[in-house]
Amino acid sequence: MTTANPMIELKSVTHAYKTKAGPLPVLDALTLQIPENSFCAVVGPSGCGKSTLTRLVSGLMKPNEGEVWLHDQKVTSPRPTVGMAFQNPVLLEWRTILQNVMLPFEIVKSPMSKAEAHDRAMHLLDLVGLAGFEGKRPSELSGGMRQRASLCRSIIHKPDVLILDEPFGALDAFTREDLWCTMHDLREAEPFTCLLITHDLRESVFLADQVIVLSGRPAHAQYVLDVDITGKRTLDDLYTPKAAEMLATLRHQIQVAQGRATDADAPLDGHPTKAEGAA
Amino acid sequence: MNETARKILAPIVFIVGILALWEFAVWYNQLPDFRMASPSDLFPHYAEFADLFIVKSWETLWRTVVGLALAVVVGTLIGMLMGFSRFARDGLYPILVGFNAIPKATVVPIVALMFVGQHDFNTILIAFMISFFPIAVSVSIGLSTLEPEYRDILRSLGASNTTIFWKIALPKTLPEFFGALKVAVTLAFIGTNLMEIVSPHGRGLGDLFDSARISSDYPLMFAVLFAMAALGIVLFYIVVFLERIFAGWAERAPS
Ligand SMILES: Nc1ncnc2c1ncn2[C@@H]1O[C@H](COP(=O)(O)OP(=O)(O)OP(=O)(O)O)[C@@H](O)[C@H]1O
Ligand SMILES: [Mg+2]
Repeated sequence: MTTANPMIELKSVTHAYKTKAGPLPVLDALTLQIPENSFCAVVGPSGCGKSTLTRLVSGLMKPNEGEVWLHDQKVTSPRPTVGMAFQNPVLLEWRTILQNVMLPFEIVKSPMSKAEAHDRAMHLLDLVGLAGFEGKRPSELSGGMRQRASLCRSIIHKPDVLILDEPFGALDAFTREDLWCTMHDLREAEPFTCLLITHDLRESVFLADQVIVLSGRPAHAQYVLDVDITGKRTLDDLYTPKAAEMLATLRHQIQVAQGRATDADAPLDGHPTKAEGAA
Repeated sequence: MNETARKILAPIVFIVGILALWEFAVWYNQLPDFRMASPSDLFPHYAEFADLFIVKSWETLWRTVVGLALAVVVGTLIGMLMGFSRFARDGLYPILVGFNAIPKATVVPIVALMFVGQHDFNTILIAFMISFFPIAVSVSIGLSTLEPEYRDILRSLGASNTTIFWKIALPKTLPEFFGALKVAVTLAFIGTNLMEIVSPHGRGLGDLFDSARISSDYPLMFAVLFAMAALGIVLFYIVVFLERIFAGWAERAPS
C-alpha cells in the first residue's frame, strides 16, 4: 500500500546487533509504509526482530543502514509525539498506578490542563478495567494489570503515533477481546497511527488495516495483507469466511517465515486451523 | 500481640533482661568495680554528670552528622561518576578499596598534624573518610545496574539524561542508598569517637571516656559506652525513619 504521505515509513532498513560472537543481523532491507491514522499489525516468528523494529521506529535506536521516517521527518532521536508500550511493561514501583500513567505529562508538553490530564488518566484506567486501582503500587497488580496500566501510559498524552509491542500478551482471552474493542473505540474518538506487534493472528486481523508478516531473522517484509473489513468491526467479523481465509493465509505465511512450509503449499482455503479456532 | 506493640515492647524486654542478667553476674561473682561495673553503678554517674553527658553527646552528635552529610554528598558524587562512566569506575575502584582498607586509627595522627588545632574539622574529616565508601559503592552499583527498560520508558518520550536521572535513576537507587547509609551512619559515629579518643582534644563523648580512663573511674567508662550505644541507636533509627519516608515503597508487606 503506497500513499503520498505515509505517517511511518521504513526505507530499506538493515540492522544488526553487535554480539560477542560477531554481528547478529536482525533486519534485512525492511521496507514498509504506514499511512496516517491507519493501523498496522506486524506478525512474525519469535526472535525475528519485531521489538527491534519498534525501537527503530520510536528512535530509541538508529539503524545501521536505511532510514526511518515519521511524518516527513527522518527519525534521529525519540520524539514526544510517539507513545510506546513495551513488551516488558515496566512500571516505576515507587509510584502509584495513577502517577505511572501520568508520567508522560512530566516530560511532554501537553495542551491539557492538570485536571484534564487527571480526568483522562482516570478515564483510560476505567476503559482498561483498572478503575479503583489508581492508588495502588505496581507490586500489588498482576502481570496483566500492569500491562494494561502500561498501555494507558503509552496513550495518555494523545500521541500521533502509537507503538505497541505485544500489549495484550499477558491477558486472558476475554479481557483481550474487550481491549481490542476498546482500541477501536479509542481510534474512533481520537485518530492515531498505530504499529502493533503481536503473536495473535486473530488480533492482527481484527485490529489492523494491514498486516505485515516478517520473515525469519534477518527479517524483511515477507507478506502484506490488506484487511478489507469495512464499517465498524465487531468480534463476529472474525468468524466470517473472509476472515477465516485471511487467517489461513497469515498462518501459512508465518509457517513460510519459520521455514516450515514453502510458498507452494497452498493455505487451507476458508478453513481456519485448530490453533486459531482455539486461540 | 499487634505489630507496633511488639516493635516497642520486644527491645525493652530484651534490654531489661540483659541488664538484669549482667547485674546478677557481677553480683554473683562479687566482681569489684574496677573489674566490671554493674548497671546499678551507672545511674548515679548519669545523674552526677548529666550536664557533661549532654554537652559531650551534642559535640559527638553534630560532628558525626556533619561528617556523614559530607560523606553522603561526596559519596553520591563519586558513585554517580562511577555509575555513569565505566572508565571512572575501573579507574577509581581499586583506589577506593585501598583507601578504605587503611585503618583510620593510623590516619588520625596524620590528620591531627596536618590541620593542627582544627579539632572540629579534623573530627568531621575522619567521620567522613570512614563512612563515604559504602555510599559511593552502593550508588555506583545502583546506577550501573539500572535496567535499560526503565531508561527507555522516559527516553522514548524524548526525555533528557538529566530528567532520566531525577525521575528514574535516583529514586530507583534509593533503597540501595539507604542500605549503605545505615552502614555509613554507624561508621561515621565510630570515626568521630575514634578521633576523640585517639587524639583527645577535650570534646565529645570520647573525651569523657578518656577522662574517666585517666581518673580510673570504671563505672563512668561504662556509662560513656552506654551513652555511645544509645546515641548510635538514635542515629541509626533516624536513618531508618528517613528510609521509610523516601524508599518505603521498596519494603514489601510481610507475607
Ligand atoms: N540488545 C541486544 N543485543 C544483542 N542481540 C539482541 C538484542 N536485542 C535483541 N537481540 C537479538 O535480536 C533478535 C531479535 O530480537 P527482537 O527482540 O527484536 O525479537 P522479537 O521479534 O521481538 O521476538 P519476540 O517475538 O520473541 O519478542 C533476537 O535474536 C535477539 O536475540
Ligand atoms: Mg519482541
